Amino acid sequence: MTRNSTRVACGLATALSLSLAAAPALAQEATSTIDAGDTAWMISATALVLMMTIPGLALFYCGMVRKKNVLATMAQSFACTALCSLLWFAVGYSLSFVGDGRWIGTVERLFLLGTTMESTSAFAPTIPELLYVVYQMTFAIITVALIAGAVADRMRFSAFLWFAAAWLILVYVPIAHWVWGGGFLASAGVLDFAGGTVVHLNAGIAGLVAAYVLGKRHGYGTDNFAPYDLSLAVIGTGLLWVGWLGFNGGSALGANSRAAFAITATHLAASTGALTWMFLEWWTRRKPSVLGLITGAIAGLGTITPASGFVLPWQGVVIGLIAGAVCFWACTWLKLRIGYDDSLDVFGVHGVGGAMGTLLTGVFAVAALSASPDAPQGSPGLLEGNARQVLIQLYAVIAVLVWSGVLTYVLLKAISFLLPLRVNQQHEIEGLDLTQHGEALQ
Amino acid sequence: MKLVIAIIKPFKLEDVRDALVAVGVHGMTASEVKGYGRQKGHTEIYRGAEYAVHFLPKIRIEVAVPTDRVGAVVEAIIGSAKTGQIGDGKIFVTTIDQAVRIRTGETDADAL
Repeated sequence: MTRNSTRVACGLATALSLSLAAAPALAQEATSTIDAGDTAWMISATALVLMMTIPGLALFYCGMVRKKNVLATMAQSFACTALCSLLWFAVGYSLSFVGDGRWIGTVERLFLLGTTMESTSAFAPTIPELLYVVYQMTFAIITVALIAGAVADRMRFSAFLWFAAAWLILVYVPIAHWVWGGGFLASAGVLDFAGGTVVHLNAGIAGLVAAYVLGKRHGYGTDNFAPYDLSLAVIGTGLLWVGWLGFNGGSALGANSRAAFAITATHLAASTGALTWMFLEWWTRRKPSVLGLITGAIAGLGTITPASGFVLPWQGVVIGLIAGAVCFWACTWLKLRIGYDDSLDVFGVHGVGGAMGTLLTGVFAVAALSASPDAPQGSPGLLEGNARQVLIQLYAVIAVLVWSGVLTYVLLKAISFLLPLRVNQQHEIEGLDLTQHGEALQ
Repeated sequence: MKLVIAIIKPFKLEDVRDALVAVGVHGMTASEVKGYGRQKGHTEIYRGAEYAVHFLPKIRIEVAVPTDRVGAVVEAIIGSAKTGQIGDGKIFVTTIDQAVRIRTGETDADAL
């Protein structure tokens, strides 16, 4: 309570001194750091990122599963959006982005009480606090929705809802706080522009663990699991690619040059990733598949995510190339070698991509892009002489990997005591649409 | 009365229909089916997962004809459905015990 009143006092003192220093014309209105341009962009970015889940990810995933599971797969994305939005409003934002805690935030903004027309977050001083809340909410939503891809075709809907709720609060929220909310990883100097660790590695490792815990799909390796309708997946990829300009561009938290650098690196990485995967497939399998083309793009996008606001356009191209090649290897060779059934390659694309992108951020980071009045020297990477950054990035990768991996396992095991995680085999054969939702595509 | 069943390549349906109309057949049933004989299927690859698809799309047509016209009907189908490539299909002729026109109640020859 003392800390709270001190903060309020400081805020008022600052506002007062600023208003006294400002030109006479401003003396009549309350002084605010909120910038119209930044706010306009961030509202747009919020819409773009929300679109990435509904219907971007929903389409991307549903096109790749079998016909009998298409509606159920979409249900996971939509239900996730609704559920995680409410949880974010209730406790998620507060615990992630409020307070000075090393490990977790405070309950100061439970149910968003206390947000006003003028309040701003310390992490985004030029936009309304509520806008920062909903922008971050769209990131939380898509992270949870991504995991569903790993256990597609076999997870019980009720168990998925329980898991989504628990995972958001126990895994996503702490990690978001550590990396973006002023927690220990942020203090250590970790660079993660838009979510290489918080979103992609996090979801990727959770997906891998979930795929292991739930086990392989019935008929995996023997039955024909050909995608229902790849054209849906292509449409989904388009929505994701375009939406990613809001995901990475919006992480600049302002309408500025940094956002421009971010979307440029993002777009070039997507393009390069797509072409790299396409050529690799053309070379190794004689034909460039559409699925490969779109997956390569997503691999590029996921990998550039942590680096997007820290790198130059040409570095975006290089990162995209590495992403296309390494994720291609992870999804085609590594997956078969290790033998896990990650249905939609959440680990192979997002897990591997996110980890790799985080490390590459440490390699390529250009100080000039992250320089600000508070930190005029910026954050240089290995190529600019700061080898230590790569180690800091590795530290973050390990921390997220361990927390997400272990807690995902614990959560799934805990939920399995309440109800089975998988549908029974007969229902799996009949399909989730009919058995979980009572509906079917005609 | 005979039932002539023909499994043909899907793109040949219109040609076969035209040929049957020319020999005086004015009704038939067509269904989409899958099948294989000597024509092998193909392999599809999705991100490293290979699936052998054995069954190929075909069209099955059924035509009920008087016994004395079976020869002409079979010749018409062969002539129009044939491409010379593997997978052209097959024709089966079976006997019908009874035929009925639902609207009028006409039976056997009058129903065809």
